[in-house]
Amino acid sequence: MKAQKKDKQVIKSNKISRRTLLGGMVAAAVLPVNSIFAKHVQTGPHIAPEPPEDPTKTIGPGPSAQGKRSTFEHPVRKFSETSSRSPLQDFHSTITPSDLHYERHHAGVPAIDPQKYELLIHGMVERPMKFTLAELKRFPAVSRICFLECAGNFRGGKEELTPQEILGLTSQSEWTGVMLSTLFREVGADPKALWFLAEGSDAAVMTRSVPVKKAWDDAMIVYAQNGEAIRPEQGYPVRLLLPGWEGNMNIKWLRRIELSDEPYMTREETSKYTYPVKDRIRMFSFEMDARSIITFPSYPQKIMPGWVEIRGIAWSGRGKIEKVEVSTDAGKTWQDARLQDPVLSKAHTYFRHLWQWDGSPTEILSRAVDETGYVQPTLRQLAEARGTAMGGYHMNPITSWQIKTDGSTLFKPE
Amino acid sequence: MKIKIVVGTALLGLILFHQVSAQQPVPSTHKNGTSYPSRFGFGRLATTAEIALWDIDVRPDGKGLPAGQGDVLKGKVIYTSKCMACHGNNDTDLSKIKLPAPVLVSDTLAKSRPKAIGNYWPYATTLFDYIRRTMPYNQPGSLTDNEVYSITAYLLYANKIIKQNQLLNAKTLPGIVMPAKKLFIMDDRKGGPEVR
Ligand code: HEC
Repeated sequence: MKAQKKDKQVIKSNKISRRTLLGGMVAAAVLPVNSIFAKHVQTGPHIAPEPPEDPTKTIGPGPSAQGKRSTFEHPVRKFSETSSRSPLQDFHSTITPSDLHYERHHAGVPAIDPQKYELLIHGMVERPMKFTLAELKRFPAVSRICFLECAGNFRGGKEELTPQEILGLTSQSEWTGVMLSTLFREVGADPKALWFLAEGSDAAVMTRSVPVKKAWDDAMIVYAQNGEAIRPEQGYPVRLLLPGWEGNMNIKWLRRIELSDEPYMTREETSKYTYPVKDRIRMFSFEMDARSIITFPSYPQKIMPGWVEIRGIAWSGRGKIEKVEVSTDAGKTWQDARLQDPVLSKAHTYFRHLWQWDGSPTEILSRAVDETGYVQPTLRQLAEARGTAMGGYHMNPITSWQIKTDGSTLFKPE
Repeated sequence: MKIKIVVGTALLGLILFHQVSAQQPVPSTHKNGTSYPSRFGFGRLATTAEIALWDIDVRPDGKGLPAGQGDVLKGKVIYTSKCMACHGNNDTDLSKIKLPAPVLVSDTLAKSRPKAIGNYWPYATTLFDYIRRTMPYNQPGSLTDNEVYSITAYLLYANKIIKQNQLLNAKTLPGIVMPAKKLFIMDDRKGGPEVR
């Protein structure tokens, strides 16, 4: 009890009393401990404390209320006025730390009081109903790991591009919430309803039409991301989750669902998120096509001759990744990469491929194959199928990296 | 996977839904769905007033359009004061000006650029719905229904889709056929090896 009380005093005064720390122990040992602690406390969170020469000879700071990244690690999103991109090159496995999840919103991030939050479900239902956040949490819960990806996820055009800049509008989380089918049964969804409108409570009052069959398949209403409440940028307190489907449809800050017998043709499914295919405009591309990217080695990293483990991620909105093939000779020959278990449906899948680089210049590429037999196409294949004015949505071409003689890596724009 | 469309009593519908959801290839975490009670009793009935407050969507068939009406000339006045600063003056060549917002006027030829309402939007009702829910960008949701009808009329006129004297209301708006509508096709890809 006494010790606890003293701990509090320590925190309050930001000073370490040698009595508190070591009681009656040898005074000489106390001094270095004291100075390290003092430094840590006084420098504040943004200035990295000098690491000691030998960390085995000094006691480090004690427990704290909230953990932080090592002061040597600085993964950050790259952001513009309308979106921010995940630093794919900094990830060693497939769960995106929540604070690095990509963002795309159309009128900023709204602040929503969870106490006042309500979800309305109405339209072609027996009972139009409202659910508070607490009520949503009472329903049987489900957790699911899956990726999200913006349908406009692809940038090219120059050699000096990182994976984050090329393809950073995708991230992966473990989401928790209630199956939408559970709520549809609760309100008595009309079997004649074929679509539902999902609407957000941001200033864009974002809306998309979704086929009702997705609700009976795997759609969820989620309130947690990687174990804690969803981040504001991802829809706090509640968002729609449509595993494998284009990011924009996964309405954030969800306030309303209306069941209907036809789609609403909202601005985001007509003027946006549609793309030219030959002399037509294709709409309602829901599933994200299979794709992959090598995240190591990538620009601006450098490799050395000898063993190099090529690493990256692959995913498909239509199910599991069946295999990822890697080429280290500019696409002449392909070899199967190793996939990290467990391979989940509609989820980023980590792949690795061991390669012995002889120091000569080459190109390395990866292509994903999903369980439907779809093989990630080249840009040329996409252009042949859709025409050259394809626009920027639902573009999933194979991306290649050039390896130069000095080991430097550059994106290969096409 | 197909969802059977069932015409029958509500109760029958519920039972069938039960079976349909049990048949779905859903994540294993969901496979105990069949043991759920038909209702949990959480949540409450929404009142008509609560629904009306949020139910602002408009469908292509006109469902959801409010009473009121607007015309091109009023719309032009409102456009000039509330929209032009970001979307530009539609009487001048906008191709060389960098605007903070998308251009809203295009030729009605599908090939012409930029892609905008006249050559790319398939439904006129979308314009009403979108402007009412979120524009002007700096004051979202601040326009009256009559103002939205008028601006919609002006933008359709500026895009050479309606005549200057056409009134817009819940009756006339859904009847407007947009030039780009015939270009739109639904994605019918289902996976598999073909690249399309
Ligand atoms: C402060 C700047 C601003 C003002 C003022 C403004 N807008 Fe916008 N508008 C935008 C931006 C930015 C977008 C793009 C939003 C997005 O993509 O999410 C946009 C998008 C639109 C679009 C969709 C364009 C498309 O091609 O999809 C329409 C229609 C529109 N605005 C109409 C209006 C009308 C009508 C007014 C006046 C009542 C108005 N805007 C006032 C900034 C503005």
